[in-house]
Amino acid sequence: MVLPLPLTRSKPTAESPVEFMARSHRLRWYELLPWVVAAGAFLVYPSYLALGAQVMIMVLFALSLDLIMGYAGIVTLGHAAFFGVGAYTAGLLAVHGWGEPISALFVSAAVAGVVGAISGYIVLRTTGLTLLMLTLAVVSMLNEAANKAGSITGGADGLQGITLQPLLGLFRFDLYGRVAYIYCALVLFAVWLLVRLLVHSPFGRSLTGVRENLVRMHAIGAPVHRRMVTAYAIGAALAGIAGALQAQTTQFVALNVMSFDLSGAVLIMLILGGVGRLYGAFLGAPLYMVAQDMLSRLDPVYWFFWIGLLLVMVVMFARGGVLGVGDVIWHRLKK
Amino acid sequence: MSQILPAIVSILFHGVAYAMILYVVSVGLSVTMGLMGFANLAHGVFAMFGGYITVNLMNDYGVPFLPALVVAVVVVAAASVVLERLLYAKLYNAGEIEQVLFTIGLIFMSIAVTKFLWGPSPQHLTLPDSLKGEIQILGRSFPTYRAFIIVLGCVIAFSLWAAIERTRFGARIRASVDNRRMAKSVGINTDRLFSLSFALGSGLAALGGGVGAEILAIHPAYAIEHLVYFLIVVSVGGMGSIRGPFLAALLLGVSDTACKYLFPEIGAFFIYVALFAALLWRPAGLFGRA
Repeated sequence: MVLPLPLTRSKPTAESPVEFMARSHRLRWYELLPWVVAAGAFLVYPSYLALGAQVMIMVLFALSLDLIMGYAGIVTLGHAAFFGVGAYTAGLLAVHGWGEPISALFVSAAVAGVVGAISGYIVLRTTGLTLLMLTLAVVSMLNEAANKAGSITGGADGLQGITLQPLLGLFRFDLYGRVAYIYCALVLFAVWLLVRLLVHSPFGRSLTGVRENLVRMHAIGAPVHRRMVTAYAIGAALAGIAGALQAQTTQFVALNVMSFDLSGAVLIMLILGGVGRLYGAFLGAPLYMVAQDMLSRLDPVYWFFWIGLLLVMVVMFARGGVLGVGDVIWHRLKK
Repeated sequence: MSQILPAIVSILFHGVAYAMILYVVSVGLSVTMGLMGFANLAHGVFAMFGGYITVNLMNDYGVPFLPALVVAVVVVAAASVVLERLLYAKLYNAGEIEQVLFTIGLIFMSIAVTKFLWGPSPQHLTLPDSLKGEIQILGRSFPTYRAFIIVLGCVIAFSLWAAIERTRFGARIRASVDNRRMAKSVGINTDRLFSLSFALGSGLAALGGGVGAEILAIHPAYAIEHLVYFLIVVSVGGMGSIRGPFLAALLLGVSDTACKYLFPEIGAFFIYVALFAALLWRPAGLFGRA
């Protein structure tokens, strides 16, 4: 039922909710920029393709966190758990003869998604510090499990001996990382489309509702816990894909794929770019990797200090990250 | 039978000593969380600096154990107030994401600073002669150091309980934990109260770090390595209470020691499974007031 608006406020130009939704879902020209950059980098920097693939994997990982943290508002310290589950799944599949990469991605996503759904069901019943602790406990527990199960996972030495079949049976993974680069770019593109579709869907809108006003979402009868667990599981599955890509392209899984350090790093990437904006991941991940590379070269022992300082500065003076600051400047200029 | 009893006594003894350290370090975090709802992941940093200062004063300057501890507590408490007024206070009304990232940033910086000042290797506490050796209790001998820790932990827990339940300062804290806005409107200066309790909590953490340096080894990654355990004590204990973290720390310390002693391969998993079960059953903590 549509309630008539008071006469004084009804304007012929008033936008209907349908129009608002359609408008915000419409593709803008600047949304194609990352893909132009990715294609350009492939042509201009042929000797940095391995690094490029790594950057895209981290973008994908940060994008999966954005769905959980930026849209559903769940702050987690354990997102690397799902990256690790995906990496170990893909790695173990390849070691044991399942060398077909694309189906392995799907399997990894499914396994990580199931782990995400189960752990999410438990941890999302709590909030605040308890939730932070439980997400951290999940990552510590899985790390401990991977370490102790050395006969299966290689333990602290890492999982070695990953061999892949050619992509689609046609393209062999080459020494220069050309195929790996294109493979990562295509997977990232597909995931980006999926996440974009999700956040603009009614499901995505209800996640934003949970983030912005939990009490009201409960009051209107939205199944809050189920929505959050679903988002958490989807985010976990996407992180699993990122982990699987990492295992496949580097042909190695190290124990530190499941660690507080990686969970922290992906949080920083997202906060640097901007949380809850879909493109924060695309800016933040490359920015973090460049900053880390530069700082660790300038100051190999104490670069952690500068990353920490950068983080404190961003929180103190530039909330919303690069995109947030860009927004503010853009609106000032328009006035 | 004659084998089992000593094992149980030994597990209990070591577990309780470990629990006391966890309690003394974490109790400040519980109060911070209960008062301001601030997710201070960097709380362990204060304990770590307490440990470093104590060990450093003793080893390099020949300061006796107790004065070194006092200096560590005072220095860390004073530094924490400066940090609180300059930085933390700006984030009380910010979102959880900002608080978490800010405190992770502090942890990263603390790792680099301690590496710079004291190097990457773990620091060893040289115990004073009075705490070395063993004492006889009921015909059994126990390490004096751990017995000292247990006594100290109980004294601190009792004094805190008395301070919170029996003094005006404690009444103000309880009022502010229950309802900060109401407490403010009846004239309690909650900002100052918070600075004071923040300093107290950090000072206690420094004490725990210094006294417990032989149980929780002091090294640059201290704040990250033990973060889960500090958070478990606070979450299971329930925020903003004094008794809760004490019971939670006892539970965690004893069961962790028992699991690692009895099942060294898979001991850590029991703790986590029990943790999930406990918080699935009571999400607000086992001993919370709410």
